[in-house]
Amino acid sequence: MSLLNDSIRNLHKKIQDREIKPSELVSASLERISATDEKVRAYLSVHGEVAMERAKQLDEIPADAGLLYGIPGAIKDNLNTKGLPTTCGSKILETYTSAYDATVVSKLNDAGVVSVGKTNMDEFAMGSTGENSGFFPTHNPWDLSRVPGGSSSGSAATVAAGQVLFSLGSDTGGSIRQPASFCGVVGLKPTYGLVSRFGLVAYASSFDQIGPFTQTVEDNAIVLQAIAGHDPLDSTSANLSVPDYLAALTGDIKGLRIGLPKEYFGEGMDAGVREQIEKAIQTLESLGAVVGEVTLPHTKYAVATYYLLAPAEASSNLARFDGVRYGLRVEGENLIDMYKRTRSEGFGEEVQTRIMLGTYALSSGYYDAYYLRAQKVRTLIKQDFDAVFENYDVILSPTAPTPAFALGSNVGDPVTMYLNDIYTIPVNLAGVPAISVPCGLTNGLPVGVQFIGKHFDESTLLRVAHAFEQAAGFSARASL
Amino acid sequence: MSITLQEVEHIAHLSRLALSDEQKAKMTETLGKILNFANELQELDVENVAPTTHSLPLKNVLRDDEPRTWLTQEEALSHAPQSENGHFKVPAVMEG
Repeated sequence: MSLLNDSIRNLHKKIQDREIKPSELVSASLERISATDEKVRAYLSVHGEVAMERAKQLDEIPADAGLLYGIPGAIKDNLNTKGLPTTCGSKILETYTSAYDATVVSKLNDAGVVSVGKTNMDEFAMGSTGENSGFFPTHNPWDLSRVPGGSSSGSAATVAAGQVLFSLGSDTGGSIRQPASFCGVVGLKPTYGLVSRFGLVAYASSFDQIGPFTQTVEDNAIVLQAIAGHDPLDSTSANLSVPDYLAALTGDIKGLRIGLPKEYFGEGMDAGVREQIEKAIQTLESLGAVVGEVTLPHTKYAVATYYLLAPAEASSNLARFDGVRYGLRVEGENLIDMYKRTRSEGFGEEVQTRIMLGTYALSSGYYDAYYLRAQKVRTLIKQDFDAVFENYDVILSPTAPTPAFALGSNVGDPVTMYLNDIYTIPVNLAGVPAISVPCGLTNGLPVGVQFIGKHFDESTLLRVAHAFEQAAGFSARASL
Repeated sequence: MSITLQEVEHIAHLSRLALSDEQKAKMTETLGKILNFANELQELDVENVAPTTHSLPLKNVLRDDEPRTWLTQEEALSHAPQSENGHFKVPAVMEG
């Protein structure tokens, strides 16, 4: 059994007691990667030597070593890591190495984490399967013929494959929670503004948030604690004090009010998913939670709203990839021609589609009908959540309508693909936090239950997720 | 509301993308489908609804205007496909 098959808290104790060294843990992680990643393909780059060198420096263990000291982790490839490649899963950045560290990366380094590599992803975080990676698709460790979900495909798969204790992903419309659900791991999208986005390559700036993937809720709380907090380098970072998330894991949810949105429990939900979610609801009731039906009346408009607003923001954010300051350049007849050739050669099809869509929604004559209208509908969707949270502590739903589907099965109609995000997208529109926790298997594939919380109330979210996890006892792991 | 090939060409230019004829045809179809789906937003009455640009009520966020260590000119230029005399180099913009 691998050293890594343990909780962060236990490993921390073993490190403190000098039972194991950081270098042994990191070495186990790198061995597991070389043994399994040919099949999973979770990584775009593994930096074994850099990681081992750093781990050996950490072998001299200080008395005040924190919970993450010496713990191997992985970073999604849209987070800047100084001196290491950051490609965003795109050919346009194939040769790019970061000039600086993202704030979350600095914070993890300060906590003593050893990053072993950069994880695969849908190009610029646009996609729900990992298949839009400009390099190769990642495979689901539970069934290698299936997708791991996306866009944080590699970050979910590496934790599910037992290669690292945790990873960071980013979530714009579900890109942490949906792959967590597909891969049977815990994935948290924090409240917009809780975690600094400085150094995260922007996709849609008013939605993007960074969050952790882990095997357990407790591990997730530990990583969140390390990365949360105000950052003067991110003007959208909230200036609030960060609570003690581990203290929230009491196991007690008696009287907690859980809302089930009736719009989420209609058509389109896989029968196996429904069965597992209904079991989860019973478990929560047996723990003393009070469950009631609620309504989020504008749910049906969320996907359309998101697919106007996010591409609009993306079309602006991705204007920076122009062949001048970094990345690919394809020469042309003149400056404009150079821009066009560079971008069309460097960006994949989905990215070009979203840039086009966003440019259209923002263009003269269509701005009011599309972009401005979508911003107004966003207000209505946000108000739906505000109204429910007046009477409820959390909202429960499946994370995704189906378990992981086969690689290559969903490449046809873009709208069908986008509708897979129906339970995760409204959360980003409202800016509230949500977590996906494994709740069972259907036909051998993991199903995730999603808890949605109030702004900056990650404590309640983690408390209910933890209580559920302990009671449900989901302990199955992908076998590789 | 659907989108025409001419509009796709115009938007591709604004987006600084060079699409082949085949790509333009496919893009016209794909964008048409998505915009058709997005038209469901037209059925809502949003007359008196304020737009949301951002989920948090943050306003005029400023930090102290103090110099800090950041990338050197050399570091900033080190990723540039072409540079010269401490500048990014691009194809000539003016003719002649």
